Parts: sequence; C-alpha cells; structure tokens
Amino acid sequence: MDMAIENGKEMRLMKGNEALAEAAFRAGMKAYFGYPITPQSEILEYLAFHAPEHPDVVVLQAESELAAINMVYGASGAGARVMTSSSSPGISLMQEGLSYMTSAHLPALIVNVQRGGPGLGTIQPSQSDYFQAVKGGGHGDYHLLVLAPASVQEMVDFVFEGFRLSEKYRNPVMILADGALGQMMEKVVLPPAGTLPKADVSWASTGKPAARERNIITSLFIQPEKMEMINLGLQEKYKKMESEIRYELIECNDAEIVLVAFGLTARICQKVIELGREKGIKIGLVRPITLFPFPYDILNRMADSVEAFLAVEMNAGQMLEDVRLAVNGKKPVHFYGRTGGMIPSPEEVLRKVGAIIERVLV
Amino acid sequence: MENVVTKNEMEIVYKKPKTITDTPMHYCPGCGHGVVHKILMEVIDELGIQDQTIGIAPVGCAVFAYDYMNIDMQEAAHGRASAVATGVRRVLPDKYVFSYQGDGDLAAIGTGETIHTVNRGENILMLFINNGIYGMTGGQMAPTSLIGMKTTTSPYGRDAAQVGNPIKITELIAQLPGAYYVTRQAVHTTQAVRKLKKAIETSFKYQKEKKGTCFIEVVSNCPSGWKMTPVEANVWLEKNMFPVYPLGDIKSPK
Amino acid sequence: MIHGTIVVAKDICKACELCITACPQECLELSPHLNEKGYRYAQLKNDTCTGCINCAIVCPDSAITVYRESKKKNAS
Repeated sequence: MDMAIENGKEMRLMKGNEALAEAAFRAGMKAYFGYPITPQSEILEYLAFHAPEHPDVVVLQAESELAAINMVYGASGAGARVMTSSSSPGISLMQEGLSYMTSAHLPALIVNVQRGGPGLGTIQPSQSDYFQAVKGGGHGDYHLLVLAPASVQEMVDFVFEGFRLSEKYRNPVMILADGALGQMMEKVVLPPAGTLPKADVSWASTGKPAARERNIITSLFIQPEKMEMINLGLQEKYKKMESEIRYELIECNDAEIVLVAFGLTARICQKVIELGREKGIKIGLVRPITLFPFPYDILNRMADSVEAFLAVEMNAGQMLEDVRLAVNGKKPVHFYGRTGGMIPSPEEVLRKVGAIIERVLV
Repeated sequence: MENVVTKNEMEIVYKKPKTITDTPMHYCPGCGHGVVHKILMEVIDELGIQDQTIGIAPVGCAVFAYDYMNIDMQEAAHGRASAVATGVRRVLPDKYVFSYQGDGDLAAIGTGETIHTVNRGENILMLFINNGIYGMTGGQMAPTSLIGMKTTTSPYGRDAAQVGNPIKITELIAQLPGAYYVTRQAVHTTQAVRKLKKAIETSFKYQKEKKGTCFIEVVSNCPSGWKMTPVEANVWLEKNMFPVYPLGDIKSPK
Repeated sequence: MIHGTIVVAKDICKACELCITACPQECLELSPHLNEKGYRYAQLKNDTCTGCINCAIVCPDSAITVYRESKKKNAS
C-alpha cells in the first residue's frame, strides 16, 4: 500500500471503503458484523484480511443483514464498541434492529454506502436513503445521528466521531456515504490507533456481580406510562444532539443563490460555484454535515440575505423538505436532482441556476 | 398421631432458587415456562455462575424472562435471539450465554439465525421451548403445531397440504457439525424436570470447554392455548406431542 | 416413615394442580379459600407428606418450600 509520513502524519492513498475499515481498527472497534453487498463489500473484505493483526477484534460475516444488526445489538449490549456496514437494501433489512437499539439506548456505528433504489435498484451511487436515515427509518419515534462525509478523509474522520458520538448519546450513529465515496481513491491522513477513549459501559449486560442490580437491555416497556417516559427521554436526547450540528459554508458571504447539498453532490456543487462565479453569478454552498440533527438555523438566517436556495441531491428531493422547513417560506427553494445512480454534472446544475435567475449560463 | 414433627424442627430441603426474583410470574397457570426458568436458575445457582451468565429472551411469552431471572439479560427482536447471543458471546468469550426461545421464534421467523448460529458452533446454550402454539399472541398456529391441531389460525386443524408438516428443527440442526450436544426434554413430571436439569448442567459444562452449540428442546405445554386444564394439557402432551417429538438425546458427544 | 411438610406461598399459587398430580402421597388439595388473585391455592390435606419435593419441582411458580425431618434426628 502506498504510504508516506509527512510532518509526522501517516498518509495513504486509499479507497473510501478501505480507509473507513482501517479507521475502524484504529478507533478501537471491538467487533464488526456484516454481510456482503455492493458497493461496500470492501469494508468487510478489508477487515477480514487484516483481522489477524488485531486478535482482540471480532470480525464476523453474518448470514444476513438481519442477523448482523442483531449481533451488533448483542455486542453493544455487552459493552463492546461495534460497527456494521451495508448498502441501501441491506440497511432496509436492518431497520427493525435499529429501532430496537435506539429504544434500548445502545451505541453503535452503522455505515450506509448508498446505491440507487428503490428495490434492488442499481449498484451506482445515490443519496436516496436520506429520508430513511434521518427520519427514523424503522418503527417508532426515534432518530439516528447521521453524518454525511464528502471525502475519503471524512470517511476516516467520521468513524472516530461516529463512535464517540454514539457512545456519548447511547444512540446508533449512521455514516451516510454513497457508492462513489466508497469506491473512489484519495489521499488520507490516518489518525493513530488508541486515541479514542472508551466511554463508560457500566450499564452493559456483562454478568451481574453480587453488588449491583442486574443490567437489562430491552426495548419492551409494556406500561404506557413507562413507554412514554422512554419516548420523552429519547426526544430530550435528540434535543441535546442539536449541540452537535455541523455544516460547511463555502463562498456564502456575498452569495445571492445558495446551493444546499451533502456528501458527493456538495463536491459537485463546488465546481458549480467556480463555473458560476466565472460568469459573475454569486453562488454559495451550504453543506450539511450532520443530516440529523439538521442545520435549520443557519439556513433560516441566511434566508434573510440571499435570493434563493437550490437543493441539489442524488434523489427525487428528500433533503429538500428539510431545506424548505428551514427557510420557512422566506425565499424560494428550488430543487435539482438525479436518481437511479445518475450523478449530476456541474454543467447541468449550473443550467438549473440559470433557469432560476432567468439567464442562459451553459 | 405420634411422632408429629413441626416445621421448626425440620430442615428446608427445597426452596425457590435464589436467582429467581420475587416478581410473580405472568405465565398462565401450569405453564411450563415457569418450571424451565426455575430449573435453569437452579443450575446457575449451583454452578455459582450468576455473575458470569448473560441470558437472551426474544419476543414470545418468555420475553419478560428478565423480570424473573436475576441475571444480566437482553431482550431480542422476534427470531433474532441467537444472533444477539452470538454478538454477546463473541465479545465476552469467557462468559456463559444462553438464548431462551419459543417455537415461533426459533423455528419460524428465526430459522435462518438458528441454523447459522448452530452451524458456526457458537458456544452458547439454546433453550427451545416447543409447545406447538403461539402463546403470547393468543394461540395461533406454530411451525411445530401438530397435524390436525386446532389453533386460532388453523381453526379446522393443521392441514399438511396447506401449511406443511410440523417442523422437527431439533433433528435438522443436529445434522450440523457445529451442534455438540442436542437433546429433547420435558417438564411435565418430576422425573422429566430432573433430566432437564442434568441436560442444562451438561450444556454449561460443554460451554465452559468451548465445545460448540448445545441445544435443548423442551417439549412443553400451553394449557390456555390448547384450551385444557394444566393437568389435562400434560396428559395430552404425553399422548400427542411425544410421538412426534420423542424425548431423549439426539446428538451427544461420544 | 420420614416426615415432611410444605409451605405454599399462597398468593403466588395459581391453582394449576400440577403439584397435586405429582404428589405420590396424595396429600395435597386445593383450599376452599381464595387467594388475593382469586385462585384456590394448594395446601396439605393430611400429614402424610414425606418431604419428597416432587410437588415443588413441578411447581411453575416456585411457590412451594419443602421441609423434611432431618436425617440426624430421624436416626436418633
């Protein structure tokens, strides 16, 4: 593997999926359970290949995504730092388990390297699992904390952040990537191993010593009073998560038209800004990094000064709904999306900008 | 009445195991679950492994098992108990782990997990309570319901042509190399309970030695679902369930 | 004959009668009285109990504690 040490930092040229897997080892992951599915199989492959170098880490190929997420449930409930990964159809199969995990307050890192759907769909990149990722996904009132990487570097960094946040809030965290981020190679700086401290897991079911009450991992609260308490607790937790809201602003200071895009499309939009500004159009970009909690406030404030927003997504308009909620009618919110594994080109996005401002730009 | 001895002059020869909590059980009168819970905890007490045991109870009548067993436990989604148990045992390889599953859980919705957990030879004890009916949801047909058995979803009797035959999952999984000890027991008589206790003790011993999966089917009753008194249910069980699910070891190490 | 006796946690008992069936001495019956849940709980009907524990072993609700004359006392 290509590797260099620059300024004491370990730098490699790596594929997104493999970089994420290496980061998981370095972040102190104790167990991984997963099932092969394109375009994320390199995660399990990388972990399996390098497992002998990490004898204290469990790497197990499950018989299905259903089994995998429930193995994650068990291992997390037993106090281990645990991860699974899949792609869209497989993540759909995991929704029941994720609902149980949120109710049982179990931390874990879930990686979705999205592909185009619905159905078996295509193995090409997509962002069409946005609703599923940020609005709950399974049954009941719950959310995952969702991080959207836009580079291979963030595929690495968000593994550390994801584990940390999941343990801080005792809630599953999802890295919502896409097939392109999983498959493309970029230069990455790999953080050293052993830098992420383990959170307190005194709640875990590890065997009851005589001196403590038994630890029960459950999502079953048959008394409605108790079930409502659990729900209120979850909502309070999601409120607290708002302190984790992250986003990136690019050329927004003087922007008249603000693009809103996450992940891969945010990178495409950077080229749109460049092309637009060459033609004298002041375009900016807001890139939500946490998709849940969503950066509503910044968009709402920005609506006071910009002319219009354009949500750009690789889906039929999902984050668009959150952008509209944020802007709350102050300014027009437009949409440009491609679906089914198609990736929008900067030119076609710019053409949409032209349509909004009624100028031919491309 | 000579030689009458009062209680004060006697010694206690049997009492509730200390690892059974004081919470009254929600099970119907005469239900086999209570007996299996008690014997399981009795073994855990006698082996002194309360602090090293993690139990997994999935959806089914025994989903509340953690209210009665004074050990660390995890509730699991329907059918996924053995996957959850796998997760626990893999990260705590020196602890004792058991799953406690019903027939719907283990032999219908969780068949895939059951087969693959055993195939991997996970070092866990899988306790499989087979009473041929879905108790918790109100008496629907189970994968193990007998031919002709009337349930709320087979009101005219189970018809093999329509829904297949009762699945003998215990015989099926015994074929897998990962299965180390596979046995079928019952709890309808004192003698049967004693044999079950022996089987549980044996399973924990093998688990400590990391021999592979131990699997105990308990042919049990469901007086409410079968619409019988508990005494009638245990008679019916012997007459009707045992011919299809004969008791005894199905696979035991040489 | 060794003597024994039992104590039934009567408010736990659900009157399933499995202990009555299991008792080789036929010394158990259901009480004519109801417990707090409305069950006629199990009780001894005579003093022929030998403390064999069969009733307690099959009791699904762990409601029976069994006492037996100590062997030491019996031998003396």
